[in-house]
Amino acid sequence: MSDSKAIFLKDATVNAADGDQRAFIRKALGGYYTNRDLQKARYRDWERARDAASMAKWSAVNDLANVLEKFTANFERNGGVVHWARDAEEARAIILKIAKDADAKAIVKSKCMTSEEIHLNDALEKAGYGVVESDLGEFIQQLRGEAPYHFVFPCMHVKREAISELFTQHLGTAPTDSPEELTMIARRHLRQLYVDADIGITGANFLVAETGQISITENEGNARLTAALPRIHIALSGIEKVVNHLDDLSVLLPMLATAGAGQPMTCYNTLYSGPRKKGECDGPEEFHLVLMDNARTRILADPEQRDALHCIRCGACLNVCPIFKNIGGLAYGTTYQGPIGSVITPHLRGLKQWNHLSGASSLCGACTDACPVRIDLHHHLLHNRRNATKESPTLFDQVFHNGFNFVISRPWLFALGGRIFRATLPLLQKLPLPYMGAWMKTRDLPKAPAQSFRDQWKNDHV
Amino acid sequence: MSDARSEIFARIREALKVKAPKPHLKGEPAPGKTSAVAKPWLPEGGETAEDSLAILAEQLAKLKAVLIRVPDHASAAKAVADLSATKGWKKVAYHGHPLTRPIAAALACETWEADASFEKQQLEGCDAGLTTCEAIVAQLGAILVSSASSGGRALSILPHVHVVIAEASQVVPDLGSSLALVQARHGKDMPSMLSYITGPSRTGDIERILVLGAHGPKELYLILVG
Repeated sequence: MSDSKAIFLKDATVNAADGDQRAFIRKALGGYYTNRDLQKARYRDWERARDAASMAKWSAVNDLANVLEKFTANFERNGGVVHWARDAEEARAIILKIAKDADAKAIVKSKCMTSEEIHLNDALEKAGYGVVESDLGEFIQQLRGEAPYHFVFPCMHVKREAISELFTQHLGTAPTDSPEELTMIARRHLRQLYVDADIGITGANFLVAETGQISITENEGNARLTAALPRIHIALSGIEKVVNHLDDLSVLLPMLATAGAGQPMTCYNTLYSGPRKKGECDGPEEFHLVLMDNARTRILADPEQRDALHCIRCGACLNVCPIFKNIGGLAYGTTYQGPIGSVITPHLRGLKQWNHLSGASSLCGACTDACPVRIDLHHHLLHNRRNATKESPTLFDQVFHNGFNFVISRPWLFALGGRIFRATLPLLQKLPLPYMGAWMKTRDLPKAPAQSFRDQWKNDHV
Repeated sequence: MSDARSEIFARIREALKVKAPKPHLKGEPAPGKTSAVAKPWLPEGGETAEDSLAILAEQLAKLKAVLIRVPDHASAAKAVADLSATKGWKKVAYHGHPLTRPIAAALACETWEADASFEKQQLEGCDAGLTTCEAIVAQLGAILVSSASSGGRALSILPHVHVVIAEASQVVPDLGSSLALVQARHGKDMPSMLSYITGPSRTGDIERILVLGAHGPKELYLILVG
């Protein structure tokens, strides 16, 4: 068993038994379901809108080389600098170099899952920079020293009392149980940090090839401030975030918000095309974009699962997933939790170590139904299971499948096996079956019928 | 050793040699502009200007943004002056523009044309920011500001209140129309920032409970003339 699987099994078991925490998560998601359904009802045809969103991403991902070339040419024409990173290490090195060249002291960040993927904060802190997460949820998680619980709602598992305590401890504020008061504490604390920071780091939700703009979706205004006040703006993005046309956003922006957070559109959806232009009174002097592969081309090379690159990180699949709701986001041990995380993590970090996540699924298909860009999520979980067995079959897989093959292709042996099995079933009922442990914990073996199905058929029909 | 860019492109080209099937669709969308094809499926933005204004009012109310409709520019100035007096604003920063200057002039409190210099600290100390906008999207209750229309990037996000002054004719039905409009208006010379704003800054990060005024403005007013 891989280490990650052992940890996963342990954490998942503990969390699934925590009824209080599960009830808390369900309650938090309750409001989301109501709002999402209200917003979806405003669509005249949500299913067809999903078709349009899906095709907008499909056409860009399946022409990625050309679309990326066009995007970067336009981005550079607008005055931005593009950096290419094959992997996490290169991406970190590029950002560290920009910070060093700029002689930066303080860095403010807005929410960026790609930066979580490459553990950017650790690298920056080790190099001596002060880094502050400005998204409220990320800020709370940073103070807690914990990874995000959900890639859209990072601290949805933390109760207000715990947040109050955290703020008292780190910021010296008076305890309060009002979410509003807690939000205002963070607001007051962070405002000065935007003003003082030399570098602002953001992610990107979409890269628009036609215009060379990057699009950032958020609610709090922290990304807006991060890209407005510091002298240097660095955006970090995966190469798969491109779309062909600015007009594609007319479908993608509202659907991202509706599917992910039950909103008509998030509070701020901002397009950046470059550093401060001549005649503009503010904005950064430098605009850097780090485009990172980090195993995305590995997903691209698998045509069966290529659509996993359509993902717009709305989080809808997490919000509806029975596994996520029961084991929680931290148990996954991944940057991307939930069904999409279970699908792509094996590509990012290795199938053998992370295949178990694809097993942790009821295959109910709720994720696939929820996905605004129609990623075939639950089938991909099956594909991962199949690929893992092909890549490194366990002894059980080999013995069982070869044995089954051998028996099923010899009718006389199959009949003999059935006879022996029927005869020994009463005995097996009493024996503990070690390999079947988890399965048998809540199930009994069936009673043995007197005759095999084939014998019954013969008696009734011949 | 090849550089990162060429290696990534080589990987992409190699990967795309094998074609991927199309997604399982309800029906393949007809070829054409995404917004045009998807228009009958997306939320309504109104067929007439009147419809659009009604949808806009409804959406803004849901977003907790305040819409103030006034017949003319004199009434707009009075509306903002009243607001300023009620709220007790001491300092208002504004984007210098024919729509905003008469309003700023009619304010009793201190005003500051923020376009000339970039003083973050001074801007942070302002109670309100007064800007124009590029367009208003009825379908989503979204106000599109830009670094060109709104005195740069910070004026519409840093002060605690954001007041937008616009003509009713700036209302467009849907997101697609607004994107087409800015493309037609700015061509290849886009403002360095374009931002759709739907209501006051908000967060639900604590127990998924909605709180307004996370980092950006706590209040958003749209003064619509005509």
